[in-house]
Amino acid sequence: MTKNLRVKTSKLIDETYKISFKFNGSTYYGYKGDTLASALLFNDIHLVGRSFKYHRPRGIMTAGSEEPNAIVQLHNNTSRTEPNVRATEIEIYEGLEASSQNCWPSVNFDIGGINNFLSPVLPAGFYYKTFMWPASFWEKYEYFIRKSAGLGRSPTEPDPDIYEHKYIHCDVLIIGAGIAGIVAAKTAAKNGYKTLLIDEKPYLGGSTIYQNSEHFKINNQISSSWLEKEINEIKKIENLEIKTRTSVAAYHGYNFLLARENLTDHIPLEQRNNKIRHRLLKIRAKKVITATGSLERPLIFNNNDRPGILLSSAIEKYANFYGVACGEKNVLFTNNDSAYETALSLYQKGINVEAIIDNREETDSKLIKETEKNNIKVYKGYTVVDTYGYKRINKVSIMQLSKDGQKVIGSKISILCDCLGISGGWTPAVHLFTQSGGKLKFRDEDQVFIPKEYSSDQISIGSCNGDFTLDEILSTVPKAIKKFLNLKKIDYEDFEIKSSFNKSKRNIWLLPSDKILGKTKPFVDYQNDATAKDIKLALREGFRSIEHVKRYTTTGMGTDQGKLGNMHALGIISETTGSKMGELGTTTFRPPYTPLTFGTIVGRSVGEYFDVSRKTAIHEWHVENKAEFENVGQWKRAWYYPKNGENMHDAVQRESKAARDSAGILDASTLGKIDIQGTDASEFLNRVYTNAWSKLAIGKCRYGLMLNEDGMVYDDGVTTRLGENHYIMTTTTGGAATVLGKLEDYLQTEWPELDVYLTSVTDHYATVSVCGPNSKKIVSQIIPDLDFSDKNFPHMSFKNAKIGNINCRVMRISFTGEHSYEINIQANYGKSVWEKCMEAGKEFNITPYGTETMHLLRAEKGFIIVGQDTDATMTPIDLQMDWIVSKKKYDFIGKRSLYRSDTIREDRKQLVGLLTENPNEVLEEGAQIVSDIKKTPIEMLGHVTSSYYSPNLKKSIALGVVKGGKNMMGQKLVIPMENKQINVTVADPVFLDKENKRLNA
Amino acid sequence: MKNKYSLFSLVKNAFSYHENWEKAWKDPEPKKEYDAIIIGGGGHGLATAYYLAKKHDMKNIAVVEKGWIGGGNTGRNTTIIRSNYLWDASAGLYDHALKIWEGLSQELNYNVMFSQRGVMNLAHNLQDVRDLKRRTHANRLNGIDAVYLNTEQVKKFCPIINTSPDIRYPVLGGTLQRRAGTARHDAVAWGYARGADEMGVDIIQNCEVKGIKRNGESVEGIETTKGFIKTKKIGVVAAGHSSVIANMAGLRLPLESKPLQALVSEPVKPIIDTVVMSNAVHAYVSQSDKGELVIGAGTDDYVSYSQKGSHDIVEGTLNAILELYPIFSRMRMLRQWGGIVDICPDASPIVSKTSIKGLYFNCGWGTGGFKATPGSGDLFAHTIANDEPHKLNAAFNINRFVSGDLVDEHGAAAVAH
Amino acid sequence: MFVINCPYCGEREQSEFKAGGEAHIIRPKQPTELSDDQWAEYLFMRKNIKGVQFERWIHTHGCRKWFNVVRDTSNDVIKAVYKMGEKPPTK
Repeated sequence: MTKNLRVKTSKLIDETYKISFKFNGSTYYGYKGDTLASALLFNDIHLVGRSFKYHRPRGIMTAGSEEPNAIVQLHNNTSRTEPNVRATEIEIYEGLEASSQNCWPSVNFDIGGINNFLSPVLPAGFYYKTFMWPASFWEKYEYFIRKSAGLGRSPTEPDPDIYEHKYIHCDVLIIGAGIAGIVAAKTAAKNGYKTLLIDEKPYLGGSTIYQNSEHFKINNQISSSWLEKEINEIKKIENLEIKTRTSVAAYHGYNFLLARENLTDHIPLEQRNNKIRHRLLKIRAKKVITATGSLERPLIFNNNDRPGILLSSAIEKYANFYGVACGEKNVLFTNNDSAYETALSLYQKGINVEAIIDNREETDSKLIKETEKNNIKVYKGYTVVDTYGYKRINKVSIMQLSKDGQKVIGSKISILCDCLGISGGWTPAVHLFTQSGGKLKFRDEDQVFIPKEYSSDQISIGSCNGDFTLDEILSTVPKAIKKFLNLKKIDYEDFEIKSSFNKSKRNIWLLPSDKILGKTKPFVDYQNDATAKDIKLALREGFRSIEHVKRYTTTGMGTDQGKLGNMHALGIISETTGSKMGELGTTTFRPPYTPLTFGTIVGRSVGEYFDVSRKTAIHEWHVENKAEFENVGQWKRAWYYPKNGENMHDAVQRESKAARDSAGILDASTLGKIDIQGTDASEFLNRVYTNAWSKLAIGKCRYGLMLNEDGMVYDDGVTTRLGENHYIMTTTTGGAATVLGKLEDYLQTEWPELDVYLTSVTDHYATVSVCGPNSKKIVSQIIPDLDFSDKNFPHMSFKNAKIGNINCRVMRISFTGEHSYEINIQANYGKSVWEKCMEAGKEFNITPYGTETMHLLRAEKGFIIVGQDTDATMTPIDLQMDWIVSKKKYDFIGKRSLYRSDTIREDRKQLVGLLTENPNEVLEEGAQIVSDIKKTPIEMLGHVTSSYYSPNLKKSIALGVVKGGKNMMGQKLVIPMENKQINVTVADPVFLDKENKRLNA
Repeated sequence: MKNKYSLFSLVKNAFSYHENWEKAWKDPEPKKEYDAIIIGGGGHGLATAYYLAKKHDMKNIAVVEKGWIGGGNTGRNTTIIRSNYLWDASAGLYDHALKIWEGLSQELNYNVMFSQRGVMNLAHNLQDVRDLKRRTHANRLNGIDAVYLNTEQVKKFCPIINTSPDIRYPVLGGTLQRRAGTARHDAVAWGYARGADEMGVDIIQNCEVKGIKRNGESVEGIETTKGFIKTKKIGVVAAGHSSVIANMAGLRLPLESKPLQALVSEPVKPIIDTVVMSNAVHAYVSQSDKGELVIGAGTDDYVSYSQKGSHDIVEGTLNAILELYPIFSRMRMLRQWGGIVDICPDASPIVSKTSIKGLYFNCGWGTGGFKATPGSGDLFAHTIANDEPHKLNAAFNINRFVSGDLVDEHGAAAVAH
Repeated sequence: MFVINCPYCGEREQSEFKAGGEAHIIRPKQPTELSDDQWAEYLFMRKNIKGVQFERWIHTHGCRKWFNVVRDTSNDVIKAVYKMGEKPPTK
């Protein structure tokens, strides 16, 4: 290190604790408490990155989350790499590796810098005006545009870190632990409110905590000493929770806020494993006090972007807080008193200040006098017209401002420097306030937007409310809190404040230069390289709304969201168009306030926790028996059970055959089950199903079809009458929750007079379905006490039974067309009943089958699957299920819609069977059906909904929907595939056992 | 004739420091009367005016916009353009639009950056596979360039997708439409505005419609914050606020306006060079020319005009993004925002005349209207000029809600067994 | 995200609820006697109000009860809640 830039420091940096880190491959040292920015400055490094568009060299500009330029990639080429990290925010830790972004081959020599020379032909919106020829070439241009755009690099490996969420409910939330926030927190907590105080920094006290000037005193103590005592006191209050390194990202309606608590970004990588990286706090606060402070404004003048140009307040903070001098020859440029605070701080630390350029002509305050007393040259009524030095500022030239501030006069003076501090006054940080729906007003005297109307129970206090000076803050804040919290008395009523700050300011949004504007580069948005010229160009071209200007010039659309430049953009628009600032409005401040890591937002909902997996009580058996699974809604269903290396086709053929030849067993537990009770249960079913229910005898089962009110098939299933006023309804697996919701809706809102109660019992029962010619033999072995004769226990009936001591319900119902039984038993006995069936079925080669075989078997019988053979455009009539639509019933859900002009059309798509000419050819589900492939445009009559090779029929079978299909029996149609045409014949959808003999076999 | 935009004109203007560019559109005060007025200065509205002037020789027309042009859903959407729709009517409509997109930059002399980087739709369960195959077959027969991809082909086309069979909802396949892609949303509004303005259309911003004046069953004009403007034809293209305008005319529409959210990440170097959509785990993502990941979320289930949605929706979307792209976990959300979409019960739009003579509605585009912008404008202009729909938008009439002849693009109902 | 004051359970997070659209659309008692137009009016046409709307919500992750909410759809401020069958508030 050639220079010693570490000056006598505050106690906020631990100089005994050295930390090494790497920047662009070289190793450097800093101290505990340093940010990457302060450590780089300590090492005399200003050049950190390149700008977005022109690839201009850029340095550290601020000391906070508003930083537009000094953004880096951390830990390149590792799984913990992260793009676009602000050097001003990241605390250094042992082993930190950072590198510059958006430059190649290096930040010192960047090929992209050529854009800077091309900048005359790259004004705002240039890309809208060119790259259009030849027409097909845009993607080729775009390839290069994309390559040069973007900043850092996306990670390419999964994230090793973990994140979590936490809900917090508090009485009072205080955002920002500066002096106003501390006063608020202490007051709220001491008055019994459950209080949460949040600050994005690792320490409390905001900017007052490093304010060591004799010019700012509270009750005769230097302000930082006074505040330190207050902080020590609040740390002891029990009902006050304090969270540092926590930034509020979003302020939504109803005082719902999101904050990110950063837990490991400041510790060495090897210590991070198994620790939570970020915690997303979801805060619901009864009251919110926003004390987010203010951001210093830059000044807009020619070449105001060079490395070595910083906000004046940042220079002060680097000196006072981190004990780092940003330069050895400092010049300050200001339009207000803030820069003098900086000058005096630097002077106090022995850092040289060459000059202060103040655009105010007549200024007079204690601070200025004090500065001049220390032999610091002050140029009053001057402006900077240009800066020099490519990778680090080395000189400024200044000129006198005309009276109206629109021109420069006199001759140019050059001042050598290696650092320029700029201060354009302060902008209240109203971002969160406006996110919450608050309305702003414009205060003309100092050209700031401040809160006007709150949309929820909240206030803004301190400088985010436009009270900038110490005396203003301490006179307004206690009063505001007292009123807001409805207190009789408050600790902070009498203060003796010494504040030497004079509020005068000469606001010139765009400072004049000796060159014409067209030849200058006065940056407004540093990251996106938008200049004042670009804004004027946009206005010239008719973009008048601030949102238009923003979008056309990309001002405010960088990763800093224009925290520094947005006000100047507005100001320049206002000046150019002659409209009033207050009437222009601001652009919307969109959440998050500072960018929020996706992982933080997602929290624990990754990997297996992405969504719940519902598993049946028999699931483990399926796993042990090597089943493949299918996702059906949230359920995991056994799909097929491959044996000895079978593929799916072979397994399904084997399973299907076994089920028809002897016995098959299916886990049907996932079907939705709704318990329906009440004296009006039958009437209720009459209204929700298309068919009639009143006459269903106790102990009998019936298949029902449920429609939407628009007449389209919604769900289906078998419902069993368990008692006079008691039914159990089954629904499809995927439809269970929505069906229950829909039934509750009708019951509660349309038919509250019905005495009916609905309870979901899907998870309470396991359902084992045994089918096939030998099913009776198997089930009767398990339930020996039950009379399984067809007379006592016919198809579509149910019996209460016992397996051992355990009650179960046995339904003789069938979705396969085979003689079959469904045993419903309390879920925790499900696996054991299944195993009993397997045991009892051994001699009959009982074969477990999955959903795929179930689909095949039911297709052989022409049974529909709602959602596969229907698609929310099918009525029961379309399905050729007219038999299930009661003509007698006065009304049921969806009935009226069946008689609209379109739904009664004869040529609607109707469900039919399809047989291929070649019995071995299996159609593709989803394939389209046509009658004439030569017709153009080709007319699609419908599509194949279900298709299988049936091992029982030894041919391919399919179901499909075809326009007017009902009347096309036997007709030949064509399935035009990409590479061939398949001839099919329209057939009866029931392919097997039309007489239903097997049900009673 | 306006200055032509070109590289040459950029270089030429560089010599005068870009101080001689003329206005892209004027900022006129409204005239007393127009032959037609378009309510709503978004992409669809401006396109409608452009085609009325260009193809139907109606020059005395105005577009009135409450705020600034392109400030509604045009400037808030995720800019996906595709035409791989299931039903013939939809395929016809959206492919008509896609064909115009393919030459739009040249037609408007404004680079709308239509980038045919392809759109993939992923399947995550067996019913998705059936549905996507069905759609692909229908697309092929309708002349739309969609193909079905298996999981390996999906991975090959977009290597950063997590196609592991071990994730909660593995990718089982997908479709790809190569002609599909994205465009620069603002440029579409601005390009049409510039083109319309050149042909004499008045684009009147900051002009809010307060009422629609009717004489019996015909319209007579509109009341606005800039006074009464007389006209015999009103085309309403006020997405989000369609029902509000309809109420002024005493009409009811089958619409609900709901919040729809989107977000972008910080910009990074190219990492994904196509558009990937997944309905089952609800996430769609592309990367803008600037480098931001552009991510669309779903709608909330309640009516709202606040342009704000609930955080749960954003969270759910990012859950899905990280499920499919675990590498994005350390990327950061830069901005999130909301728009208002009006949704029809069948998820298809209304581009139709109404029971009131001279009153036309173009609405109900739900979450997917951007892609249709040029086609919608063209067909709506045809409908207004001729008082009859074009054959491509005939199916999208209001009467379908009475007859039941819906164009149901919801896709399949809930997967059920 | 809202906080909704369920008339049965008290104030809860919006995520516990689901919205059910415009309230007080009564299902016609005799649908078969309606014209297609009248039926479409019931089935599909909505006021879709910008401003104070009466709407239905259900406390899905709570008591599973439907109830009514009065909400300003322009800024999402909830003005009142009341049970099904109760008279809507007039102010």
